[in-house]
Amino acid sequence: MISLQNIAIRQDAFSLSGISLEIPAGQYGVLMGPTGCGKTTLVEAICGLRPIAAGRILLLDRDVTRLQPAARGVGYVPQDGSLFSLLTVREHLAFAPAVRGWTSAAIDARVEELARLLGIGHLLGRRPNGLSGGEIQRVALGRALAMRPGVLLLDEPLSALDDDTRKEMHDLLLNLRGQADVTVLHITHSRSEAQCLGDRWFELRDGKVRQIEARLP
Amino acid sequence: MSCPAPRPSRPADHPGAGRSDALFITGLGTFLASYVTLILGLLFALGSFTTPAHLLAAMASLEIRYAFRLSLVSCTLSTLVSLWIAVPAGYLLSRFRFPGRSLVDAVLDIPIVLPPLVIGLALLILFQMPPGRAIERLIPVTFAVPSVILAQFTVACAFAVRTMRVTFDQISPRSEQVALTLGCSRSQAFWLVVFPEARRGLLTAATLAWARALGEFGPILIFSGATRMRTEVLPTSVYLELSVGNIEAAAAVSLIMVIAALAVLILARLFGLRGSGLI
Repeated sequence: MISLQNIAIRQDAFSLSGISLEIPAGQYGVLMGPTGCGKTTLVEAICGLRPIAAGRILLLDRDVTRLQPAARGVGYVPQDGSLFSLLTVREHLAFAPAVRGWTSAAIDARVEELARLLGIGHLLGRRPNGLSGGEIQRVALGRALAMRPGVLLLDEPLSALDDDTRKEMHDLLLNLRGQADVTVLHITHSRSEAQCLGDRWFELRDGKVRQIEARLP
Repeated sequence: MSCPAPRPSRPADHPGAGRSDALFITGLGTFLASYVTLILGLLFALGSFTTPAHLLAAMASLEIRYAFRLSLVSCTLSTLVSLWIAVPAGYLLSRFRFPGRSLVDAVLDIPIVLPPLVIGLALLILFQMPPGRAIERLIPVTFAVPSVILAQFTVACAFAVRTMRVTFDQISPRSEQVALTLGCSRSQAFWLVVFPEARRGLLTAATLAWARALGEFGPILIFSGATRMRTEVLPTSVYLELSVGNIEAAAAVSLIMVIAALAVLILARLFGLRGSGLI
């Protein structure tokens, strides 16, 4: 589960306070809100990349508020993918398991499994330069899932894609939702995307998060 | 309320548009061409003044061969030390906010803006003070080879730090942050993700530092002296040959420096662009 309890974030002139949000284990939460309202900031705080001024962050019943990003076990897919420009796709998928000291046999098996799941087997030897937007997002998703995180944070993963590619990624996320044992927080602008993928919906507006109940209009 | 539709613009509405672009671009080209002509003129002047016989005579001279070797070795050493400082300094300044950061940033520009002679004089005085003397007791610096390397390093390092700072500024911190979430410590994220991406900037910093060190003369003259077969680097040779009126030898040594600098620039370009698909 993902549980934010009364979080406050202050960064220069920007601030969020009293942010609370709860996504039960294995559910798919969607966070919406206008541009610049602090959605990415909130995701960074959950990852441990941005300090919080108050409150607690619980992931899978564990208080991670003071933990380093590496110790939080969070899979993070940033908006532009942010792939490592010099690594091949295979090295991206192997990155987290290798850093975490998996055996090479376990790493190879995981890479093959992810390549199959994400349909990127033919790209394993390629570097990010020249990959399409959809391929970049698949690799970024694979890199985040490789270490089998209990929590997955997706920061507008579909926003920069064309309609066809968005549909493919959309189906992929739906498929993933059914398969992986992971709690997801997905940030998006798109109401249809939110409706299709989410189990529960939240809106961040004017520095406050509120849960939107039931189906969206 | 509806807005009136704008009238479609026709080519005849702006008869001067094409001409003003051509004028503007020609103007830019003229400025560029005048500077490039000046630089090529300098090389031509040096080349036309020097015959192959002059070059051979210069390279046959024991003193100039010593200066050539010392220049190559000292520039390479000062470049290596500069990079050693520049990589952590550039990374710190680019990624971290700490008290006094602006002050440190300003201090790093001092070697760039100070007159070279003043840097030499300051180094000379520094090594007459108690900490400097303590170092001198362990290893002779002033008027010896280490002073050459230190003088070159003092200036070259400032350029290397600037270059590395810009390099790290241009690398998005996002991939590094992703690496942190994947399980890396800060140091692992640096070595696995950031440093490899900075390799081209590192090469630029090395080239710049090396070329700066090769041309360094003012601080070396004051801090190292101009003793033949001891602290003589190539710029010192030019100075010494000029001072005895041997303009042909001075021009020949200058040409050797031009060739050495060009060789390093070309090598750096070749290595820097390999694998990028540009060559």
